[in-house]
Amino acid sequence: MTLFRFTEWLQNTDGSTALRESILVYPLVETTHVLTLTLFLGLIAMMDLRLLGLAMRQVPVTDIVRRLLPWAIGGFVLSVISGVLLFYSSPVRFAHNIFFRYKLIALVFAGANAWAFHTGIYRKVTDWDRGLLTPRRAKIAGALSLALWASIVVAGRMIAYNWFDCDKPQPAIVNVLAGCSGDFR
Amino acid sequence: MLLPLFEWCEATALGQAIRESLWLFPVIESIHLLGLAMIGGALLVVDLRLFGLALRQQPVAPLARDVHPWLVGSLAVMLTTGIMLFLSESIRCYYSPPFWTKMELLLVAILFTFTVRRKVALADEKRVGPIWGRLVAFVSLALWFGVGFSGRWIAFY
Repeated sequence: MTLFRFTEWLQNTDGSTALRESILVYPLVETTHVLTLTLFLGLIAMMDLRLLGLAMRQVPVTDIVRRLLPWAIGGFVLSVISGVLLFYSSPVRFAHNIFFRYKLIALVFAGANAWAFHTGIYRKVTDWDRGLLTPRRAKIAGALSLALWASIVVAGRMIAYNWFDCDKPQPAIVNVLAGCSGDFR
Repeated sequence: MLLPLFEWCEATALGQAIRESLWLFPVIESIHLLGLAMIGGALLVVDLRLFGLALRQQPVAPLARDVHPWLVGSLAVMLTTGIMLFLSESIRCYYSPPFWTKMELLLVAILFTFTVRRKVALADEKRVGPIWGRLVAFVSLALWFGVGFSGRWIAFY
């Protein structure tokens, strides 16, 4: 089964149709997706700024990771749930949207960066926990995280615009990246 | 009464430029969203602490002082990009109930944040009981949540 056929089937399920046509639930899901950005990305950004030595320098890094990360993860869970619901409301379009595709790839990279930080330089955090100066590898992790998440937010916002949708003529490169096929015409 | 002002805003060169451009509105919107994440983080760090829900072993005042420039900076980004978005669709905003709710809440939220909240956050914790911190954090979160929520609904109504 092609991606188009699968997403087409998904889009024709009762749940997808109900969500797409709902006057209240859809905007509420979208609002949840936007506002959890504050809980999740806001706190992640504050942690990244600490790693860069730009904020909360008097707070030990372990304190920030232990006390703020659970809240950020809670926000991330809400963000993912609302995001999955948004995808479920129009799977054909999302699955063939270059910004959505970029967002998924960048999410994997952001996850890998976080994993590398927690299994790498963070293991030796006792050496630099209270320091105003953080190690270079911690700074790189913080900067990468900020850049990746910022690009994810921008790409997410761009999904709302239909400039590169498959249902109209696109440059060859967009057709390839978005996986457009004859099914759209 | 305010409609002529909104009409004037809509007719400004900046408003027109944003309206006529294909990519300016989306780009400004994106920066507005990045500012949202940042201001959310700057508010939450202190509000969660005031609530006693995170960073309990840290004194409030230095934390609030340290985060303050990020709060002011992100608010400046929000206001600048928000005004630009507003100029591009002022008349639509005039007839949008969520827009008015947002502006009223925003005014109260800003006043509250830079007066009561700041005073309590910087106060001597032994002198001001934790109940005040909790109350201030609750009001702050409720106000700013209202601003964000009604802001998103400008798109719907």
